[in-house]
Amino acid sequence: MRAIEIVGLEKVYQVGFWRKRPKRALNALHLAVEQGEIFGFLGPNGAGKTTTLKMLMGLVFPTGGSARILDMEMDDPRMKAQIGFLPEQPYFYDYLTARELLRYYGHLSGVEPKHLTARVDTVLNQVGLNDSRDVQLRKFSKGMLQRAGIAQAILHDPKVVFLDEPMSGLDPMGRREVRNLIEQLKHDGKTVFFSTHILSDAEALCDRVAILNQGTLRGVGAVEELTAGIRGQSEFVWSGTTISPGLTQLGADCHVAGDTVRAVVPSDRMDAALDVIKRERLRLISVTPVRTSLEDYFLAQLTPVPEEAKVAANGNGG
Amino acid sequence: MASRIFHIAANTFREAVRDRVLYNLIAFALLLTGAAIFVGQISIEIERLVVINLGLTAVSLFGVVIAIFIGIGLVSKEIEKRTLYTVLSRPVARWEFIAGKFFGLSGTLVVNTLCMALGVFAALLYVSRNLNGADAWVLVAIYFIVLQFVIVTALALLFSSFSSPLLSAVFTFCLFVSGTFAEDLRGFAQLTHGFTRWLATGAIYAIPNFSALNVISQVAHGEPLSGQLIFWNSAYALVYSLAVLSLAILIFERRNLK
Repeated sequence: MRAIEIVGLEKVYQVGFWRKRPKRALNALHLAVEQGEIFGFLGPNGAGKTTTLKMLMGLVFPTGGSARILDMEMDDPRMKAQIGFLPEQPYFYDYLTARELLRYYGHLSGVEPKHLTARVDTVLNQVGLNDSRDVQLRKFSKGMLQRAGIAQAILHDPKVVFLDEPMSGLDPMGRREVRNLIEQLKHDGKTVFFSTHILSDAEALCDRVAILNQGTLRGVGAVEELTAGIRGQSEFVWSGTTISPGLTQLGADCHVAGDTVRAVVPSDRMDAALDVIKRERLRLISVTPVRTSLEDYFLAQLTPVPEEAKVAANGNGG
Repeated sequence: MASRIFHIAANTFREAVRDRVLYNLIAFALLLTGAAIFVGQISIEIERLVVINLGLTAVSLFGVVIAIFIGIGLVSKEIEKRTLYTVLSRPVARWEFIAGKFFGLSGTLVVNTLCMALGVFAALLYVSRNLNGADAWVLVAIYFIVLQFVIVTALALLFSSFSSPLLSAVFTFCLFVSGTFAEDLRGFAQLTHGFTRWLATGAIYAIPNFSALNVISQVAHGEPLSGQLIFWNSAYALVYSLAVLSLAILIFERRNLK
């Protein structure tokens, strides 16, 4: 049983007051997330990440397709008892204290009253809000609110946790704490599906990622798999102050830095580049493959999508 | 189901109780009731009439203001602040949310009305020196005022489920005012013919009949109220509120929470 299975989910909004015109927020999305995975849902602002999450949560109705979570339909109350959700930039009932807020959500989630007090205390401790448990949320900082948000998402011990931009607006310490919490959730056997545009977080945390742009899935897989496809350059460093014309002819990108020269050469021309270096008797210092980060892959996916590519990409989401 | 509705209602009640504006309104209503004592004292022989008239009118007006003021934000504020997302992503049906909000605000208004009614009775006791059997009808008038609040709450909730707080306030207030003149509209319908009559008759059934629920004047004059009136007014308020709530749920069930 998969944690999340999305089949052709799409959303078209009607915009305009008098003359309604369709605006596609999400093209038919196919995606599958296995249990126990940390899955990153990446994309620039307006890519359709939040729309997808809202549809999975039953807040927005899809115009096509379907999704199953833990093999249950999206509107199944049994399913909703087994998921947790942190919305983007969460705002909670600010007249409540952290403890009151969690008790309220606990009741709504069906946590047994006799276990609720202990569970609230455990979760407050887990997110580091134990000292602020009786403070009204209107006095919370953004980071504290984010932690309260995570607390309400995991309060009822859900199997799948959806986090919409959980690191957004947090300072480095806060981001580290949230990262640790997500890792802890994975350690506890939970599936974490989180959307973000902070790529370093996704790279550090995710087992797999999906990249969404303009409502279209542009790629899905493990970070290594995705970046391997464009990992095709090597960097040569040698002593000297002059750029080699032989390497320039091979298409190398050369820079002089102090008393060394660096040249980045396409990997398929490595042998030819080495021959040039030997022939010109250059004093080679190092040859290293250029590692392509998720950011490079991500940026490569942000080019406008032709219509036929949308269909092809979304057909390969599993 | 009942537990979830209860907790949403309790949270709505708690939100209202912790809102300072509410206390300002109650204080103002009590002040007005106190002023009724002063006006009563300079109205020789009709102190009781003035105190009941002014006191209950203050209770009614301020209660309606509270119902509209809080009711218009019940759904729209939750959407705007996105607090609704963390509620509806749990095993909570949308109709349960609407029902919880309705009961929460209705409960708040009942408690407020009881507080303000105590003020009215204190003022009455002060000017009359004692309470008599006729004063029991004041309780019925207060009950009818509560029925008005329940209808206003349902209306505010209906408009809040699909429009902005400002528009919801305008729509609810307009319906409250037109409902206050429902009996006049009935008279107008009888004087007209053809399409106008059809339109006026339709409006009579569509707008809430608040004038039937306003018995302040009769009670102030010590006139008794019939059991039949109490029954029909109760049934009317129940059916009308249920119809409005059903419409609110119907709209809210289909709404995309962007």
